[in-house]
Formats: sequence, C-alpha cells, structure tokens
Amino acid sequence: MIAEAGLAALWIAAALALLQIALAALGLRRLGVAAVGGSVRAVAIVQGVTALLAMAALILLFQQSDMSVKLVAENSHSAKPWLYKVTGAWGNHEGSMLLWVTILGLAGGAVALAERRLAEPTLVATLGAQAGIALGFYAFLLFASNPFARLAEPPADGAGLNPLLQDPGLAFHPPTLYAGYVGLSVAFSFAVGALVTRDVGRDFASAMRPWVLGAWIFLTLGITAGSYWAYYELGWGGWWFWDPVENASLMPWLAATALLHSVTVLATRDGLRAWTVMLAVVAFSMSMLGTFLVRSGILTSVHAFAVDPRRGAFILVLLALYIGGALALFGLRIGTVRQGRIFDPVSREGGLVANNLLLSVILGVVLIGTLYPIVAAGFGVQLSVGPPFFNKAAGPIALALIVLMAIGPLLRWRRDEAGLLPERLMVPVAVSGGAFALLVVFAMPIGVLPLLGLSLAAGLAVASVLPLVRRNLRRTPLFVWGMVVAHLGIGVSLAGMACDAAFTSERLVALLPGEATRVGPFRVTLDGIAPVVDENWSALQAQLTAERDGAVLRLRPQSRTFTDPPTTTSESAIATRLDGQLYTVLGKPDGQGRWQLRLWWKPFVTLIWLGGALVALGGALALAGRLVRRRREAMA
Amino acid sequence: MTAKRQRLVLVLLALAAVAAAALLALSALKDQAAFFYAPSDVAREGLPLGRAVRLGGMVAAGSVRRAADGVTVRFTVTDGRATTPVTFAGIVPDLFRERSGVVAEGQFQPSGLFVATNLLAKHDEKYMPPEVAGAMHETKSLEQ
Repeated sequence: MIAEAGLAALWIAAALALLQIALAALGLRRLGVAAVGGSVRAVAIVQGVTALLAMAALILLFQQSDMSVKLVAENSHSAKPWLYKVTGAWGNHEGSMLLWVTILGLAGGAVALAERRLAEPTLVATLGAQAGIALGFYAFLLFASNPFARLAEPPADGAGLNPLLQDPGLAFHPPTLYAGYVGLSVAFSFAVGALVTRDVGRDFASAMRPWVLGAWIFLTLGITAGSYWAYYELGWGGWWFWDPVENASLMPWLAATALLHSVTVLATRDGLRAWTVMLAVVAFSMSMLGTFLVRSGILTSVHAFAVDPRRGAFILVLLALYIGGALALFGLRIGTVRQGRIFDPVSREGGLVANNLLLSVILGVVLIGTLYPIVAAGFGVQLSVGPPFFNKAAGPIALALIVLMAIGPLLRWRRDEAGLLPERLMVPVAVSGGAFALLVVFAMPIGVLPLLGLSLAAGLAVASVLPLVRRNLRRTPLFVWGMVVAHLGIGVSLAGMACDAAFTSERLVALLPGEATRVGPFRVTLDGIAPVVDENWSALQAQLTAERDGAVLRLRPQSRTFTDPPTTTSESAIATRLDGQLYTVLGKPDGQGRWQLRLWWKPFVTLIWLGGALVALGGALALAGRLVRRRREAMA
Repeated sequence: MTAKRQRLVLVLLALAAVAAAALLALSALKDQAAFFYAPSDVAREGLPLGRAVRLGGMVAAGSVRRAADGVTVRFTVTDGRATTPVTFAGIVPDLFRERSGVVAEGQFQPSGLFVATNLLAKHDEKYMPPEVAGAMHETKSLEQ
C-alpha cells in the first residue's frame, strides 16, 4: 500500500510540475502574470510537498523492511540498525535520485513561498524553469529508476547495505551535497527566468544571491563532511583522492564560488551581468554533470552504485536538454542584456574578475582531468588521471588564487590606487616571508607546494582579518564578518593540507602482540588482538597503546566482517590531539603470529576540516547578514 | 574606456583563461595520466618505464607469497595470456585474493617487476572497476 501511495505521489508531482510549466508559459504569453502568479506559486508549493510525501513513503518502507519492494530487498536487511534503515533509503541509486528531486521540489516550493524581491514575471518564469528541471527528473524516476517497484516473490531477507555506507556519514553527506547541487538549480532557474523576461540587473542579482549563498554553504559542508568521511572510513590515511566523484562535487563548488563573487559585483555595482548569468548556467551544468558521472557508473568510483548504460543515457539527454536550452536562450537574449557599469582594473571589481578567471581556470583543469579518461576510452585507450595531474596542474593556480584572496578584499570598489597596496599589504607579506624563512631554515626538506602553501596560508590568515582593522566592529555588517571568516577558513584549511603533506610520518609494520614501534613522536605497542561482536558484524580488534611524553592513548582499530552482505572492512582508529591525529589501521595476520599495522602521525591535519567548517560558517554569517538587511529594507 | 570596450576586454580575458586551462591541463596530462595495462599489453608493447601505470587482471592462483617483513607481498597478475610479477608493501585490500580481479597502481622496474603503491580489489558484485571487468571478460572467454 505504502509503495503504491509513494508511486502515486510521484506521478501526481510530475503532473503538477507539468501544470506549473503550462501555467507559467500561459501567463507569460497570454493571460498576463497577474492572472497566474498566485496559482503558479501554489502549484510549486504543493508539488514540493507531494515529492516529500513520496520520499517519506520510501523511508517508511525501508523502516518497515518491506522486502516485497525490490529496492528494499536489494539494499536493506531486517537486522540492520535503525539509523541505517532510514539512511539506507538514499544509499542506493533510485533512492538517491528520489532524494534529489525531493530537494528540488522543496527548493521550488521555498522560492514560491519566500521570494518577494523578484519582479513577478521573472518569478513566474523562474518557477516554470524550476518545474521543467523537476519534470525531467520525475520522468527519469518513473521510467528508468522506479524506487517503488514490487517483487513478485519477496525474499525472506534483504541483501543488505554496503558496509562502507553503514556509517552516520551517510545521514549527513548525501543530503547536504544534494541540497547544494539543487540550490544551484534555483540559481539556474533564476538566470533562465531573468533571460526570458529580460530582467538581468541588480534586483535579480540581489534576489539570487541568498540562494547561491545557501547552495554554496551546503556544498562546502557536503564536501568537507565527505572528505572527513572518506578519510576515516576508507582507512587509506588520505583526505582527498581526486576521485571522479569527489571532482564531481568540487566542480560545482568552484563554479558556485565564482558565481557567489560575481553576483556580488552585479548586486553591488551592477557590473558583470552576462558573465553572472553564464556562471549560473555553468554552475548548474556542473551539478548535472556530477549527477551524470555518479549515477551513470561511467567512471570507476566508490560511489558508482550500479552500471546501467540506459540510466546514464537518460541523464545525459536531460543534461544536454537543459544546458543546451539555457545556452541557446543565453545566445538569443544576451544581446538584450545591457552592459553593466565600467570599473578600473585596480578595484574590488577588478579583483573579483581575476578571482573568477582563476576559479574558471581551475574548474577547466579539473573538468578536463575528470573527463579525459572517458574521452580516451572512446578512442579505445584505458587510462586514469590521478593526484599527480591535479596537484601539478591545479596546485599552482590555486596558490595564485590564495595571493589574490589576500589582496582583493583590501581593494576599494570602482577605483583604487595600486601605489597604496604595498602599505596595506605590509603585515601579511612580512608574515608570509617570515614563515617562509623559518620553514626553509628549520623544516627542509619539504616539497615546494607545501612550503609555499604554509607560507601563503600564514599571510592569508593575517590578510583576511585586515578588513576589520580600524572598523567599528559592532557596526560592521554581518556579511563583512562572513567574508573575513570564510577567507580565514581557506587559510586554516590550506595550512592543514600543507602540514599533512609536509610533516606526516607513516609506518607500516608487522608486530607480535607485546611488540612496539615508533611513529612520529609516539611509541605504539600492540597489546593484543581480541574478537568483538555487534548487531550485524563481528570483528578482530587490535588493542594499541600509544605513548608520548608520558601521556598514554588507547586505540582500537578493527577488521570487521559484516554478515549481510558478507564483507570485510577496516575500521581505522583515530586519536585526535590538539597538534594532530594519530591514525591506526589493523591489517592482516602474516601467518606467523604477527599482525600488520599501518600507522600515521598527521600533525595539524584536523585544520583541513576545521577550515572547511569555518568557510561554511562564513557563508552562513553572510547569508544571515543579507537576510537581516533585506528584512530591514522591507520594513522601511 | 566605454562599457562596450570593457565587456570586450572581459570576454577576451575569459577566453584567454579557458585557453590557459586547456593548455595547462593537456600539457600536464601528457606525462601524468596513468595508462591501463593488462599483462599481455606489457608483453606486446614492452615495459612502460618511468611513468605511472595501472596494471589490471586476475591474481594468479597459488602466486601470493609473503616476505619475511610481514608487510610485503609478491604475486602474479594474469590476464590468461601473459603474466606480470608484482610486489606491494602495505595492507592488501580486504577483497584481495587469488583468482579475483585486481588493479595495481604503480611503476615498472627495468627488470619487469611491477612495484605497486596501491591495490584496488573488486569491491562487491555491484562495484567492479570497468577495466577489470574488461580484462576479466577476455580471460573468461579464453577459459571457455
């Protein structure tokens, strides 16, 4: 019953999306927006709620372990902990696509409910575009990925969820990332709406900005959380693998970061009109491309649930349709977008243009590196593109961007004097230079990128708080605080990355119980190996004692065997100290009583994710600042 | 400078940025992309020395040997037609076993030994590196 209700909800939501498009088109062409505005808003809200009902039905089915539903039988098991029965609803292809479209529908509903700033015709066109995107994904679910399909002969018990996904991370990482992806769909719909009604300008930009900010915050959180999840769950000691699916989340983030900065120029100074619209299209294209790469299984990845070429083709067609359509509209209408205001090359605008160019170059490099294996496979050559490429090609540009990030916020809008810069930048340059000198004298040899990264991170940290100097802090708007915190976060994160690259010590040994080894400043003893059991797994657990200067840490890395499906995974054990993390993995027995251990001491590695959280916090402050100001203006 | 002029400059800058990205990426790809080899590719084309390689195939039955240090393994990768000796120091993936698929990332030594820095084993039925699936498919057809 619940499955049928869920399926019915999906069909109704699809019909509502169609109705929403028809109403919007009719309003814009014939009846006038005043006649349809209210009903388009209402339909958008109901459509979002209906999609949410379908998602709720699927979660309920997983919760009840209804094995007559194919998706549940294939991906769940009655003996699974409660939390993973809920999150398992999107730990598979169909369910994750349903989550996608649910968030899409809810975002459309939220626009209909909350957006008061946009001109009514643009809003109607925006909601029409949003419904167009949703309709494609409803069709995808209904015709190629039905999550509610029944089985003729239900099995007694399900196949279970991939143990790697049986982790609290699954509750958080996909929904946040999807909220980010889908938030960019709103920016895309705004751009399409504004092109349709020839309304590209300051009001459009300040209406779009909170949505871009929101999407960007979610993407930042999703990427940060995903990185930490991969770090502790995979047991490889790395925090970023340049895996195609990681790139698929990084590319929308890069585009959204560029968009975030260009939309500020448009909202504040009425410049970069065409470029901002273009970026909104590019940003959502990257979300769609990410979805395509992940869901088609075209690339080898831990995220590839299933390889089904038909599904890949379907998403590719949607991608081509939306992006092609948007670009065609852009080409047709861009002539009608008036040029924005001009500005001096040395100005805040100039800095933001440079920011956008550098971000675009990084985006281009990551895009080429990610797609190159697919293109090569088309020519019958199998290859993969990994960290050496991305570090070499994107690393130097990223460092240039860091330098720019230190300078940009210190520039004035419209026009500034290049001659005044050395004075303003004296302190950060001195700090960077000092850090560089200290590292060269005391810490060599570390690689060139870590060396530059650490020096620049120190300078950026100082430079990013300079905009607050000689300001009345109480009267400083929240969004300025947001910028400061976000830029500081990048510096913090960069410092963590550089420390990890430069100072990590690693140890790979086979130890008898009772034997000890050294890693970094720690002496690690293998006290013994003991079996442990839990609801749906059993494990061999190493008991480790790590000592440093008299302080004792106990770690319990495991080698787990799950029952459903039967799989073995390594569960790393990580001890976090103020100055870094001790990371331990239990390997295999060597057949002579010894056990393999892999140990890392990673100084200050936690700064990477702390920085990511700061960046997201900065975004949240900026968003709060914008919303407060908007409310104040609305009241005035 | 007029607004129109400025827009032109911005468009040119954007195009230059795209071109720079493409040039940078393609030049780096030339020496950084890791090509996929099956043992018979190596036998046919010679050793790809001095660059990162992904070697894929099946772990040959009875070939896995552990070294005295307890952390180094040596084994042979086969695709049914040719074999390649591989050495790897580290914790082998949980799904690494004889007669199952593997992708080894690393470099060849002039002696023909492949030094792997990372091993990827078949995850489960739903996850299989496409290259391995390809190499395995060929192997299976040879066995029949």
